Amino acid sequence: MIRRAVRYLDQRSGTAPLLRKALRYVFPDHWSFLLGEVALYCFVILVATGVYLTLFFQASTEHTTYQGSYAPLHGTEMSRAYRSAVDMSFDVKAGLLMRQTHHWAADVFLVAIVLHLLRVFFTGAFRKPRDLVWYVGVMMLGAAMLEGFLGYSMVDDLLSGMGLAIAYSVVLSIPFVGGNLALLLWGAPFPGTHEFESRMYVTHVFILPIVIAVLLTVHLLLIVARHHTQFRGPRATERRIVGLPMVPGYAPRSVGLAFGVAALLFLLGGLVQINPIWQWGPFETAQGTNGAQPDWYLGWLIGALRLMPGFDVTIGSYTLVPNPFWGGALFPLLVFGFLFAWPSVERRVTGDDALHNVLDRPRDNPWRTAVGAAMVTWVFVVVVAGASDRVFVWLKIPYTGQIWFWRVMVFVAPVAVFAFTRRLCEALREEDAAVGVRIVEV
Amino acid sequence: MNWLIALIALLLGRRHRRRKLPRERIVAPASQRPGAELVVLALLGLASLCALAFVPIYALDSMRHVQTQLFGLSLGLAFAFLSAACIVVARTLVPQEQLAEPYPEPEHAYEQAQVDEIVEESGTGFTRRRLVKLAAGGAGAALGAALVTPAVSLGPVLDASQLRRTAWRRGVRLVDSDGKPVRADDVSTKSFLTAFPEGADQNALGSPLVVVRLDPDSLELPADRADWAPEGIVAYSKICTHAGCAIALYRAPLYEPTSDKPALVCPCHYSTFDPAAGGKVLFGPAGRNLPQLPLAIANGELRAAGDFSGPIGPSWWGVRWGSQHR
Repeated sequence: MIRRAVRYLDQRSGTAPLLRKALRYVFPDHWSFLLGEVALYCFVILVATGVYLTLFFQASTEHTTYQGSYAPLHGTEMSRAYRSAVDMSFDVKAGLLMRQTHHWAADVFLVAIVLHLLRVFFTGAFRKPRDLVWYVGVMMLGAAMLEGFLGYSMVDDLLSGMGLAIAYSVVLSIPFVGGNLALLLWGAPFPGTHEFESRMYVTHVFILPIVIAVLLTVHLLLIVARHHTQFRGPRATERRIVGLPMVPGYAPRSVGLAFGVAALLFLLGGLVQINPIWQWGPFETAQGTNGAQPDWYLGWLIGALRLMPGFDVTIGSYTLVPNPFWGGALFPLLVFGFLFAWPSVERRVTGDDALHNVLDRPRDNPWRTAVGAAMVTWVFVVVVAGASDRVFVWLKIPYTGQIWFWRVMVFVAPVAVFAFTRRLCEALREEDAAVGVRIVEV
Repeated sequence: MNWLIALIALLLGRRHRRRKLPRERIVAPASQRPGAELVVLALLGLASLCALAFVPIYALDSMRHVQTQLFGLSLGLAFAFLSAACIVVARTLVPQEQLAEPYPEPEHAYEQAQVDEIVEESGTGFTRRRLVKLAAGGAGAALGAALVTPAVSLGPVLDASQLRRTAWRRGVRLVDSDGKPVRADDVSTKSFLTAFPEGADQNALGSPLVVVRLDPDSLELPADRADWAPEGIVAYSKICTHAGCAIALYRAPLYEPTSDKPALVCPCHYSTFDPAAGGKVLFGPAGRNLPQLPLAIANGELRAAGDFSGPIGPSWWGVRWGSQHR
């Protein structure tokens, strides 16, 4: 049976040798190598649930009066976009399951991407010959964040509108071109023309998914071409890769992981409420609500916007650089710039231009690990600062005091973490060396 | 003789080995484990049961109030059992072999050189190569510019002046969200009121106002705004000058002697403005004061006595602060 199928395929495509090779493709085994796969499987679920949602969502800001089955909103004026999202939550069977699973999958997708990125950074997996894979991965991170933001923005509930107002002000704040660029994207001053909704929609369901899919393909093809990295072992060296073959060892493990991710996402989507849009109500420019927080992966941007002391760059009474630029544009630009620059910076600083197939343990490279830890701390402090309003609600610590504390910590903490991490790595290495000596003595 | 026997044995042995060769396994043999197989069968059965349950849950309307939860359990558990089955297969039923093989060649120097040569030799017919390259680059750039031009239709990209336009003029009445005129008596001291220009688009950034009543003695308005707050009623743009959110919070003092002074607060990034002092920034990231609208009272109704003191909403490159700095 299998032989007949393979013969059929081989005679028509000549791919039997390729298939033969693929079945025995070697995967080095370590739990942290699974993070990228989790992201991949989240993407599959996102596409599947997303296609279902497009069958019900109406990307239109045309006004309508709600008369659906959620009584508290009866008689409320709202856009068709918001109305269709509420309707698919209450009146389409399994619609709420799909909507919530889609939203959860987006959040888990970005968790997996970020953890995968940290793993790759701290083990030096981004080094030549895989720096290209790293660049493509960082691009995917950016695309995924924008994709997530557009996804919850086009629903046109109150939180969507607040997020879009902030995005508008960040675009507006870009030096020289901000005002013109914002008018170009929105089609008119905020909240923009009707077409803006369609622009978000086509970007969310068509352009960005294709961009991500193409980048994903390039990411995986490049990895297959150069093979995976591995930790050093008795037989695993720079020239020899050791691991489980795709068939029979690795495939069932990976398929098991895929089903596991699907299980997690559908259980979350069914049992744990996320973004109950009917509670926020439709967006109106004059409306706002306290305690608004974006999805977790944009927490660093709201944190940066909140943390920034209030000043614009001005000449006389003319504004040059408005405040949202610092937190909303410059800060992410610096972080992404760091991620893009790091492989070549490290090559230049260390003078190490060799090919690397064997991974570092974080302690093996104290300087890189310390820089990475400082970077993570920097962004993390900003995320925590963005949650100060929630901390005030829980612990009653005055908001202004917290912000001043974080304004200091955002500089102090990374430096402290840098010094501490470096020291820790060196101590661990000394310990390793001592153990090594003892083994030799025995 | 011994030598001959040895040769025959060698030949036979070789032939024997040769015959055996094709039967050598590619995949290492695995020990059979009926127990683990039984577990896999049970897990697959459970997965099928959970997945099958989806259909009756879908069909039965009596479960509507917990339908989403049951859907999630059905699909989630089905996938969880499938996952468990795969993992049992992976860890017990298939051979646990490790393969070792060389990494792919780091580079292909010969092919690299050939690619270079092919391109080089293909271009030997040109005499002014640099000029042709320059011309091709120019044509590419020109075509690129032509193809990007239609994007200008997306919005009024060259007219940034409309960012500061509002519907507020001298004499425009303040109305609430239903279009009912706002009377001075409607404005109380402990809360704020949202108002819009009569007959205008309420969703435009320049429209919404936040109106509060303050003790006239507590006002510290700039000298040129002395008559902007009749009866101590002040009106500001409701759109934060930081990031364009609606200023939906009002910090009203609960006990005057110890409380902080009244303030307008934006819930997005907590920019805090002083309504008594012409919308001055008290705290937070806003870099520009809140634009104030001059008010007048006619027949008990609130009207605008002019446009805002400065441009409304978030700032952009080149926007002027307005009267607050004059």
